[in-house]
Amino acid sequence: MSGFAIEAGTLNPGSAGAEALVLDEPLSFWGGFDPSTGIIVDRHHPQHGACVAGRFLVLPASRGSAGTPAGVAEAIRRGVGPAGIVLGEADVNVAIGAMVAATLYEAEVPVLVVDAAARARLRTGDRIVAVADGTLRIERR
Amino acid sequence: MHPGFVSDPPPVQLDDRDRALLDGAEGEAMRFAMQVVLRAAHISGATRLQDISFAHIDACFYSGQAHVDFARFMVENGARLAVPAWTNTSLVSQVDPQIRPESDDPVVIGGARLLMELYERLGCEPVWTCAPYQLPGRPRLGDHIVGSESNAVTFYNSVVGARTNKYGDFLDVCAAVVGRVPYSGLHTDEGRRGRVLVGLDAIPEALRREDIFHHVLGHRLGRVAQSRVPVICGLPADSNEDQLKAISAAAAASGAVGLFHAVGVTPEAPDLESAFQGHEPDTVIDITPADLVEARDALSLGASGTLAMVALGTPHFSFTEFARLVPLVAGRRVHAGTAFYVSTSRYVQARIEEQGWGETLRRAGVQVIVDTCTYFSPAVRGCRGRVMTNSAKWAYYAPGLLAVESVFGTLEECVESAMRGEVWRDGRLWRDATWGVRP
Repeated sequence: MSGFAIEAGTLNPGSAGAEALVLDEPLSFWGGFDPSTGIIVDRHHPQHGACVAGRFLVLPASRGSAGTPAGVAEAIRRGVGPAGIVLGEADVNVAIGAMVAATLYEAEVPVLVVDAAARARLRTGDRIVAVADGTLRIERR
Repeated sequence: MHPGFVSDPPPVQLDDRDRALLDGAEGEAMRFAMQVVLRAAHISGATRLQDISFAHIDACFYSGQAHVDFARFMVENGARLAVPAWTNTSLVSQVDPQIRPESDDPVVIGGARLLMELYERLGCEPVWTCAPYQLPGRPRLGDHIVGSESNAVTFYNSVVGARTNKYGDFLDVCAAVVGRVPYSGLHTDEGRRGRVLVGLDAIPEALRREDIFHHVLGHRLGRVAQSRVPVICGLPADSNEDQLKAISAAAAASGAVGLFHAVGVTPEAPDLESAFQGHEPDTVIDITPADLVEARDALSLGASGTLAMVALGTPHFSFTEFARLVPLVAGRRVHAGTAFYVSTSRYVQARIEEQGWGETLRRAGVQVIVDTCTYFSPAVRGCRGRVMTNSAKWAYYAPGLLAVESVFGTLEECVESAMRGEVWRDGRLWRDATWGVRP
């Protein structure tokens, strides 16, 4: 077991700890993702078929669609959304989706942003713990 | 570090009303809306908010219960619109419920209907169109607005010269009730500066006047510009709004173009100097005939053969597009095995009925659909098979959304194919010489 910490920016506050799912490409939360199951359905996506439910989702960005916030909020409502989200760039849509879910459903899903070097250190299977001050603790077996 | 972290946000100037909203002076929904706008400002690095005069709302398009819960929360907790807000297309038509019968999927179709009612209760203008700029009373040059649906964002920014970023669901509604948006991106002069010069010197003059050219150019424009602001040089000065709509829709679909300038055509580009605000382009790209032929073919993956459906009106068909369609179908009859749909707004439908065109279309077997669009799943009346469209946007998206194969062609090709029941090609338009490809 090894570990390290990363300083992240907070786009939506909260605490969470979960196993990382690292995506190699941006994801569309409207069209590329099924909010009723949490499964990535975009056939062209490298992680096609993976399920984000309960994972700490790490991705470069969301693919822009006006429907993105609703896709994020709907997955959280159904209990198949990610436990937390780490983005490679500041993303209003993902943050607003999580913020609306927090208000409507009292679901705390932190959304954080890190730089490219920090994101490159994260691997699928790592355990990521976000604490309220924006620090990410990473535990690796 | 990135700008705009909520953990260390730059200060945003707030006025007395902003602060009153945050204090809950106008209720829970207004407080939440202000919090959402402020969060968006922090994330985008804006240091002030900008008053808006209009909003086009996308959150009325149902994709799950969260949409309904949000709208209900706003309506039941005292949200009130600060500006006129017009609705985007819906999943269902209030006028013709049989397009997507509730019995097909009671949860989804029922949810979509309830969502439409909630936005009407909020006070939105129920126009249900993705081309709100075709209706009277549109914003003007320099107005700050909220746009959401991608083709409308690009049309408002580029062709009208109104200023909007591409606002996602919930933020569109929150901004409309607060009446303010973060001052950032395409609201600022700096954000509207041209970055990529796109030249058309290699493209034949005659082709530049064909409608199909604008769809294909838009598709290519999205690919080369991505999210940078392109400046097109060489578009005919008399390019009409239907052609500029085609460029807007295709460029927003294939890239993330929220604004383009066209020198001598669009309002912020009387000349190159203005479009680039006195700077040099970051990149210069010359469009070649081969680029356009490749884009044309990429949009037309369907083979030739039997046609299940012709779908026009993505984005919604305009009055002037109907004026071109009606003489092409008058006195003729669509093939028995082919469905022919044209999506449009209630407003445009009323205008074509005034002209007596509705009867001509009905006699020909052409069905006009309002409030919604043919390309949303669940498919219109269960259509499967090969679908022909004159819209690059439809051709780009539909194969992913519906169980169909799409064929892209001109308006004339679509009509002729519908009458024959199989794909027909205008040989002139598919010859290499027309596109400027040298033998």
